[in-house]
Amino acid sequence: MDMHVSFGGLNLKNPVMTASGTFGFGLEFAPYGDLKKLGGIVAKGLSLKPREGNPMPRIAETPCGMLNAIGIQNPGVEHFVTQILPSLPWRDVAVLANLYACDAAEFGELAGVLAAEEGVAALEVNVSCPNVKEGGVAFGQDPAQIARVTEAVKKRAGSKPVMVKLSPNVTDITVCARAAADGGADALSLINTLSGMAVDIRTRRPRIANVIAGLSGPAIKPVALRCVHQVVRSVDIPVVGIGGIASAEDALEFLLVGAQAVQVGTANFLRPDFAFNLVDQMEALLTEIGAKSLDEFRGSLQLPLA
Amino acid sequence: MSLRNCRNVKVLKVAPVGQQERPDEFYEITLEYPDWDEWRPGQFVMVRPVAWPLDLVWGRPFSIYTADETSLTVFIQKSGRGTARIAALRPGDEVAVWGPLGNSFAMEPDAPTLLLAGGIGIAPFRGYVERHPHPGNVRLFLAHRVPLECYPYDIIAADVCADCMLEKTSTDLQAIIDAMGGLIREYAEKGGLVLACGPTPFMRTVQRFAKEYGARAQVSLENRMGCGVGACLGCVTKDSAGHHVQVCTRGPVFWADKVEF
Ligand SMILES: Cc1cc2nc3c(=O)[nH]c(=O)nc-3n(C[C@H](O)[C@H](O)[C@H](O)COP(=O)(O)O)c2cc1C
Ligand code: FES
Repeated sequence: MDMHVSFGGLNLKNPVMTASGTFGFGLEFAPYGDLKKLGGIVAKGLSLKPREGNPMPRIAETPCGMLNAIGIQNPGVEHFVTQILPSLPWRDVAVLANLYACDAAEFGELAGVLAAEEGVAALEVNVSCPNVKEGGVAFGQDPAQIARVTEAVKKRAGSKPVMVKLSPNVTDITVCARAAADGGADALSLINTLSGMAVDIRTRRPRIANVIAGLSGPAIKPVALRCVHQVVRSVDIPVVGIGGIASAEDALEFLLVGAQAVQVGTANFLRPDFAFNLVDQMEALLTEIGAKSLDEFRGSLQLPLA
Repeated sequence: MSLRNCRNVKVLKVAPVGQQERPDEFYEITLEYPDWDEWRPGQFVMVRPVAWPLDLVWGRPFSIYTADETSLTVFIQKSGRGTARIAALRPGDEVAVWGPLGNSFAMEPDAPTLLLAGGIGIAPFRGYVERHPHPGNVRLFLAHRVPLECYPYDIIAADVCADCMLEKTSTDLQAIIDAMGGLIREYAEKGGLVLACGPTPFMRTVQRFAKEYGARAQVSLENRMGCGVGACLGCVTKDSAGHHVQVCTRGPVFWADKVEF
């Protein structure tokens, strides 16, 4: 089956991308599969200046998922474009940069640096990281800020497609989706992690030093599917589904509700060859269930008549 | 054959260790060899049984205990849900194994080498002693809280000079700390090598004495790990410049004067 997908200015070999912060810069996974096999790689979150991230402990395993509060530890955008991007096989696999900043001007500046890089296929804007006290939450939860940040990035992005990544920690995600669309986003990706917490009754301490952390993994898939379902019906820009994908069946569920592609996050920790295997497994499963093509299957969810 | 890979391999053998003393706690788990080109003592693997449901999303890290052309063995102590389920594996069960991961202990065949193990921290030293060209230059010191029969102490003591001390009371603990201080000082004076693996307070003691006596010492850190490959940034510690570095890829072995933990 032809697994190629094209949307919002992106051309992908197949609908499987790896989610930001769960696949390093991609090279970490090269021993376990051929990076060129993937539809796309979203690199770990980048900021203008290097960031040390949050104190330890930063991760905790929870039923069917995990909490993380890494705090966007990264070497800074300059290091990425000079030291890392050149060693990624970007001619053969779409490499998306994930942008993290604390105000619209900084987002714009970051976009400007990345727009100049031939190796960057698109920009994903992280307005939703719930981990960092000074930034993410405010943007991701305020539609006006989402629109402003999207505009600022779009203005400096040149020809690069801009994808805005939405937080589920809001009352109505469709309002945020429309704000991003109005701001000029070419596509949306959702969801980022759900805000959560874990504590230890024996030590009487939080399990994560930052106290509040982001929940990901299979536990959040129903929330993610619901969000994608609502968003595809409320905007006319393409949507990438993220959240709890841990099998080909999970991935196809997101396509069924209307996602153009998916991103795999926590499942990369189940085993490091997960995303590579998923590419073949999705194609096999589509054939097995009798789908004629990706286009025929996408968004074909049969809803009960109202 | 490959440098590093992720493979589904079968469990060949599950051997309980020290069960008279501690029923159902320590096991040697032998797996089919994942066809690596090579591995070095101090490196580790991530293990996640293929049939695990999704309630536990991470693999579990284990030091490489020993390996040959046909098999790979890890030594485990049940300490939570993950290790409990791994201990319950049966021959024929399939597990995903990725590795060999991380760096390894320094090996200087002609240098007097002191291995300091705290409890289950003895695991990587089995392979270290097997691989050492001159075991006569190696000495093991094990500090333990559970009976000696639970550890591969005799196997190692068959090849190298070994001592152990049991910690039951706080007086024992002080005696252990004094003994460690004495040994580290001795190896510092001989220009030898000190290699340590154990719980965090144990490693801090090693780090402190190494600094005090100017010993060349390495510590192997055992942080919680989400991925084992450097991607999740959940396992970090600080290097001597105060920057966060991944224990899974930049370690697990660090020179004691170049790490903060
Ligand atoms: C350890 C970890 C780090 C993450 N870091 C980022 C990040 O830097 N930027 C971002 O946009 N999302 C980040 N995320 C969120 C993921 O990209 C993804 O949206 C989320 O985990 C849900 O997908 P999953 O259930 O498949 O993991 C991170 C998630 C995890 C588990
Ligand atoms: S365990 Fe994931 S970065 Fe080390």
